[in-house]
Amino acid sequence: MNNKAPDSARASNLKSDTYLRWRLIKDAIASRVVGIGGMSVIIFIALIFFYLAYVVLPLFKWATIEQLTSYSLANNSGQTVHLAMEEQTEIAVRFSDDGQVTFFRAQSGALIQQTRIVVESADVTSFGAADPSQALVGYGLSDGTAIVFKHHYRVTFPDGKRVITPEIRYPLSETAIEIDDEGQPLTKLALQDNEEEATIAATTADHRLILVHLLKETSFLDDSVTLERSLVTLPQPSHPVDYILIDKNQSNLYAIAENGEITSYDISDKEEPRFVERIRVVPNGASITAIKFLTGDISILVGDSSGSVTQWSLVRGEDNISRLTRIRDFNENTAPIAAIAPEYARKGYLTADKNGHIGIFHTTAHRTLLVDKTSNTALDHIAVSPRANAMLTHGHNGEITFWRIDNEHPEVSWSSLWGKVWYENYSEPAYIWQSSSASDDFEPKFSLVPITFGTLKAAFYAMLIAIPLALFGALYTAQFMAPRMRRTVKPSIEIMEALPTVILGFLAGLWLAPYVEKHLPGVFAILIILPVGILLAAYTWSLMPRSVRLRVPDGWEAALLLPVIIFIIWVSVTLSPALEAFLFGGDIRLWLTNEMGVGFDQRNAIVVGIAMGFAVIPTIFSIAEDAVFGVPKHLVQGSLALGATPWQTMIRVVLLTASPGIFSAIMIGLGRAVGETMIVLMATGNTPVMDFSPFEGLRTLSANIAVELPESEVDSTHFRILFLAGLVLFLFTFFVNTLAELVRQRLRKKYSTL
Amino acid sequence: MTNIRDWVNSGTPWVWMIAGAVSLSLFMVFGVLALTAARGLVYFWPKDIAELHYTDQTHQEIRLIGEIHGSEEVPLSRLTSAGVDVDTDKDPVARFLLKTGNRDVLGTDFRWLIEPNISQQAYPEGLIILERREWGNAYGYLTAVKEDGLIVARGEDAWPAFQERIERVSQLHERIRDIEKDEIGAINHGLEQLRLEERRLELAGDKDTKKRATIEKERSRLQEAYGELEQELTRLYTDSNRDNYTLEIMDGREIDLPIAKVVRAFRPNAMGTSAKVLHYVAKIWEFVSDEPREANTEGGIFPAIFGTVLMVIIMSIIVTPLGVVAAVYLREYAKQGFTTQLIRIAVNNLAGVPSIVYGLFGLGFFVYFLGGSIDQIFYPEALPAPTFGTGGILWASLTLAILTLPVVIVATEEGLSRIPRSIREGSLALGATKFETLWRTVIPMSSPAIMTGLILAVARAAGEVAPLMLVGVVKLAPSMPLDTNAPFLHLDRKFMHLGFHVYDVGFQSPNVEAARPLVYATALLLVVVIVVLNLAAIAIRNHLREKYRNLES
Repeated sequence: MNNKAPDSARASNLKSDTYLRWRLIKDAIASRVVGIGGMSVIIFIALIFFYLAYVVLPLFKWATIEQLTSYSLANNSGQTVHLAMEEQTEIAVRFSDDGQVTFFRAQSGALIQQTRIVVESADVTSFGAADPSQALVGYGLSDGTAIVFKHHYRVTFPDGKRVITPEIRYPLSETAIEIDDEGQPLTKLALQDNEEEATIAATTADHRLILVHLLKETSFLDDSVTLERSLVTLPQPSHPVDYILIDKNQSNLYAIAENGEITSYDISDKEEPRFVERIRVVPNGASITAIKFLTGDISILVGDSSGSVTQWSLVRGEDNISRLTRIRDFNENTAPIAAIAPEYARKGYLTADKNGHIGIFHTTAHRTLLVDKTSNTALDHIAVSPRANAMLTHGHNGEITFWRIDNEHPEVSWSSLWGKVWYENYSEPAYIWQSSSASDDFEPKFSLVPITFGTLKAAFYAMLIAIPLALFGALYTAQFMAPRMRRTVKPSIEIMEALPTVILGFLAGLWLAPYVEKHLPGVFAILIILPVGILLAAYTWSLMPRSVRLRVPDGWEAALLLPVIIFIIWVSVTLSPALEAFLFGGDIRLWLTNEMGVGFDQRNAIVVGIAMGFAVIPTIFSIAEDAVFGVPKHLVQGSLALGATPWQTMIRVVLLTASPGIFSAIMIGLGRAVGETMIVLMATGNTPVMDFSPFEGLRTLSANIAVELPESEVDSTHFRILFLAGLVLFLFTFFVNTLAELVRQRLRKKYSTL
Repeated sequence: MTNIRDWVNSGTPWVWMIAGAVSLSLFMVFGVLALTAARGLVYFWPKDIAELHYTDQTHQEIRLIGEIHGSEEVPLSRLTSAGVDVDTDKDPVARFLLKTGNRDVLGTDFRWLIEPNISQQAYPEGLIILERREWGNAYGYLTAVKEDGLIVARGEDAWPAFQERIERVSQLHERIRDIEKDEIGAINHGLEQLRLEERRLELAGDKDTKKRATIEKERSRLQEAYGELEQELTRLYTDSNRDNYTLEIMDGREIDLPIAKVVRAFRPNAMGTSAKVLHYVAKIWEFVSDEPREANTEGGIFPAIFGTVLMVIIMSIIVTPLGVVAAVYLREYAKQGFTTQLIRIAVNNLAGVPSIVYGLFGLGFFVYFLGGSIDQIFYPEALPAPTFGTGGILWASLTLAILTLPVVIVATEEGLSRIPRSIREGSLALGATKFETLWRTVIPMSSPAIMTGLILAVARAAGEVAPLMLVGVVKLAPSMPLDTNAPFLHLDRKFMHLGFHVYDVGFQSPNVEAARPLVYATALLLVVVIVVLNLAAIAIRNHLREKYRNLES
């Protein structure tokens, strides 16, 4: 019995020991878990930032190239005049100046097929290539004829594996086409071909510039094509012709001399070509060493002996005639440009120069993505694959090198996002957002300026409405309002904050926009009548007999004004048609357009301002009201005790003390207005125009993301630019909110010392 | 106070001015609520159908039948300049928007009428409205009911016969819907699972013929079941297409239409108030419980309600523990200093980040990065069709969870800060560990605050649309994320959402004018849900304040 008691005590001790340990372990675990949980919030916000940055960063990467193999082709004859590669970068083709066409493995140089195109009776005297995506080339012969053919790649999948077979096709005729009636050798050749017609231009040994037009006529019976040939001799340019270019619409022809002179012809009418102008495109002393169309055939890239490349584009002048205009220079190379290879689907190009440099450029972004010295010998040719992910360079010693290119997003640069860019077909540099189009040759216009402008414009009009209403409201509610009324007003404003923006946007777009359009004079009348009306009502109230006034205690002015405001708004709206008839001749929209020269959209900045102002008022109101209410009471009482009126106390004491809080309220409201999506998406026309007029629409960064992201291809430049827009929004609100928060914390500290 | 200078010097006018700002704000809030309510609620009330005699632009008198949808006043000059011929001295002129329906026959749903050209207006009791499964409403006089092409009732007898047959058809239709949606849906689901199973074996290099045979057997069983259902469907369809009705429409033509396409027919002009109220209630019930018809412009919005609710529930499950833990860390565990300052700034920033940025993050990180990886690892058999690598309810809920995290953190922290020190100290003094103090006293006491935070988060999430547009909301989901096919809850499915419904039907719908009343009704529902949630949060908060005011003293 004596032993029993300590035993049980020990047992219970032991039990409580393990229990205690268990409790302590639980405690330790909990504190870990909570610690991790707390830190995860920071990690989340960091993750959002880093993830957005991670998606955006590739936009600003430079191009890189990697040399894979280098070889000389076996069984070569003649000099190389042209190189090309097919889409999968498996097979390349070389054309020689004696008519030999060699298909070979692009990566190893192994021969696949070698043919001699040319007929025995004549020699090759010239070579011409159409735009690279067509893969159309031609040889001009010494008897005044030309052979035109395509290098084509047939893709088959026997046994589930891809096999590419090169072949030569003759889109016009398998035999040589007669170009010069007089049978003179063709010294230069240029050609273009499409479904309906083909155009071939050539110079002859006796220096005539001739143009042959072949109209394709398909027989209804057997689908066979007959060609209807017509020929004109173009007016002789006053300089020798070293290059000829025809654009793929077959409407412009350029005869180019090495010394830098270009004569351009309008050949839209093939019977009657017209001389347009003669210009000089290189500085004195320099000469043209390479010249090519940029994809789309609107711009010409001129490479000269000083190593510069200039972009000349057709710009329509005031007389409605398109002339070549210099819109951009690239001065990265120092040696003469030996070859230019435009990319197939983007507005970029590659260059090779006589010092062995390779350059990769993008015209719209005005960006030099790479300049690299790759060999000590001069380079003669350069060819880029259709997807711009590989290239071949051809050294002066006949060595061919295969390169991989990593150049995903050349279209983006600081200047293309934020600067004025001179786009093709535009008469001057401009800020434009136009991200996609149906055409392949489309030049994407990724200027963030118009949509950033739209964002700020929407925020400006929203703040214009929200700041006075919210701040005045907050001042009154915190200082003058009766506590009982305050208890209903604050929740009402909180409910205002909770209203989904999609509802506000819907009402703004479908109800308010047509309403404002119909009652525009009334809406402006409200702005004037409302303040006057309130003052009048207040004065009338002060004239009321005491017995009436005493019935309503102080601090209920807002409730008294409610019917007044409803009445004033009703009057303004009812008077609207009369006002419109009296002041604006019955139709204010017409009046705005004719008298003021302002356009009018139904979904305009006024509507956005009202709707988004509505969304922002409660945000500003709550924070500002807290700040004003938090002003220590003894300051107020002190001021009143010194004989200041309540209004003087308000302005000189309360407002001043609470100003940091009010500033922070406005900042947070601004952050909300800038990032708001649904209201602007629904209440504006989403047109990315740059016009500050309150009657015009706009497009904001956020709405732009919502509209375009679902349609953009993952990881494309467009996709990443939309993420960049998101990052800009994030950083802006981050900055504004941090500022507001710092100000607020300082305010809090200040009050605690008061 | 009669001296105006004194009055101005006292500053009173300015006080009144700023009071005006409050009044205007209040006017705007209640104006928006009233507008939504008014427009949303009238949608369900049966409107009378008018029969009008109208002189049209070719000076011919025609008969028009329809609901008057709205009216406005237009200056005479605007009408004449638009080429409208008006014979009146009145200026401005009243214009009515008449919904004439019968889109299949007349081509348009709506038509503007100028008041002076209306010569006669009546509301005959015999006019009926037909709500149909296709082509919107029809208006006219019922002249006959046909069975297999033969007239079984005409004139006065037609109406009861018609109602009876609509009842029969709607039962058949119910059955058809069950088969098409649930039973065939289940079979399709089963077939898809089998296909994936087969592909899985293929990927694993498993050449076990036994397994393949089981799959084949199962598949033929399903296909057999499918065949049977198909037969039943054909039978049901022929059955439901048995009856027709003849309608005399406004231009006097009599047209034969299938009863199978009729959802509901009623004679508003003959209905008394009580009948109208009954109709009103029935319509509201249909609105919240039925599926949408006609590209979401008619019928109910049940899938959207369901999607919103489910998404919000999943979001709450994620956000509550995260938010509470973070708040507890900030208030109870972390040493107050630079780190907590930084976290508070981070939380406040998180609250201020535009919601569309969360959408971007959700799309890029959750959908493409996480979802894509999950697909690679767990669902290789379904590739290249994405399972989790595309927007879905899980990703939408997660995105909204981060979006609402700051709301829960701030509310919980506020709740924790209101609990007096004495309570913590008392618990600790009694020997409880810190965790026990938290778990047994502090958290239960702050649970109303946590509730408040959660309610506010739910209210925010229910109304948020912009990020959802990027991470998984669709205008019409083929199947709900919760159904009878294992594993019942399909987190990868896309879903419908009330807010997106408002945007989509209001702005992207082909027939915006006809859909507008429904959008107002949807908007009203959303507003009511959110206002109620917020009022609940406010009430809880006030109650809480009262409670601790007593404790502190």
